[in-house]
Amino acid sequence: MRVEIAAILLGNILINNFIFSRFLGLCPFFGVSRRVDTAVGMSLAVTFVTTLAAAVTWALQRLILEPLRVGYLQTATFILVIASLVQFVEIVMHRLVPGLYRGLGIYLPLITTNCAVLGVAVLNGEQRYGFGGAVASGLAAGLGWGLAIVLFASVRRRLELADVPPAMRGFPVAFLAAGLMSIAFSGFAGLFSRLFLR
Amino acid sequence: MSVIRDFAHGLRDENPVFRLVLGLCPTLAVTTGLEGGFWMGVAVVFVLFSSNIIISALRGIIPPRVRIPSFVTIIAAFVTVVQMLMHAFLPATFRVLGLFIPLIAVNCIILGRAEAFASKRPVINAGADGLGMGAGFLLALVVIGAIRELLGTGNLKVAGAALLGAGVLRQPALIALLPPGAFLTLGVLLGVLNHFTRQGRGTAAQHMGFCTGGHCADQGAGGTGAAGGGGAGAAGGAGAAGGGGVPTAGCGAGGAGGRCGWR
Repeated sequence: MRVEIAAILLGNILINNFIFSRFLGLCPFFGVSRRVDTAVGMSLAVTFVTTLAAAVTWALQRLILEPLRVGYLQTATFILVIASLVQFVEIVMHRLVPGLYRGLGIYLPLITTNCAVLGVAVLNGEQRYGFGGAVASGLAAGLGWGLAIVLFASVRRRLELADVPPAMRGFPVAFLAAGLMSIAFSGFAGLFSRLFLR
Repeated sequence: MSVIRDFAHGLRDENPVFRLVLGLCPTLAVTTGLEGGFWMGVAVVFVLFSSNIIISALRGIIPPRVRIPSFVTIIAAFVTVVQMLMHAFLPATFRVLGLFIPLIAVNCIILGRAEAFASKRPVINAGADGLGMGAGFLLALVVIGAIRELLGTGNLKVAGAALLGAGVLRQPALIALLPPGAFLTLGVLLGVLNHFTRQGRGTAAQHMGFCTGGHCADQGAGGTGAAGGGGAGAAGGAGAAGGGGVPTAGCGAGGAGGRCGWR
């Protein structure tokens, strides 16, 4: 069990990184990565929501959709649950931890349509994880996403100062930088077999 | 005439991928081949067209306060239809596209068009806009898929038959098919397009943060507002979001504006 959880964590953070190998949550990845501090705020908020969403959608899938044999409602119910979850988290944080709420405030509502959240919920359903595995997978998805965006924000600060040809400024060079980081991350692929499959 | 214009702007001036840089996840994930890109594009055309029409037809009925959840529900319904149809009739493609079929429901472009266009225009214009935007997306995915497949395998395959005979590349670059290849291909492609259309600096920089500011900001409780995507100097998409509850109007892309402020 512990090994499985560790494997899920490691797999989602480094090997199957949500940005660099699964392509989930790319819009905010390119949109909110101009400054390191905003990237950190966003990744905290995303991690919080992916973890919570993984737990809630696991329960929804196992306790409601599957017993009632309405698996085809998955997309519609998941997205509504995630939307209301984000709203709920916002209200609760506003009341209980106003400091953190103010810190994350503007990022929280942006998360509803971050496809990493729906992505991890659907992936968990496909992988047939238990509850612990699903939560670990949600947590690791958020952490991996956060790692990627914080690293990328640091790279982009350098890019702002670099002498880039006019046609490549903005998005094009950002994509190239992300491509190079993705090559670096693909180096983690061998890590898994080394650690677990000996 | 305006119907034709509504159709055409999605193809060229406001191409969702090449101009607005929206809907990136499927654009990069499923374009390992020409066919994958094509079927993803078809699925998006269907969802965008149908949801635009329904949302436009219901525009007087849906109360403004709950419009975003209503749009999401309508879109998710059509996504489920696509999912079931593909599972039944194109099982191989369904396996290739996998996770990214349900994720059409959170695609920036679809919710963006619902909010910025379909909820305000007559049915026929909304339908034309949906078809045009969808076709622009399809076109972009096919182009990117074809480039990656050609570089990665040295050939193009349609329905199992090789289009270029024995193949043109003696040593295909496998990296084009791997995740890094997706980022690199799109980056180079956008750069080349910028170079030839002379929109280099302004456009690319303006659209930064556009998606996060607009599309992703949908469920915001009053405080969310939009990102100041308009200025290249703005502190990155959502970073510049106004906390006041009044959405900022000018959101980056002038033409497609209005997509940013949901409230």
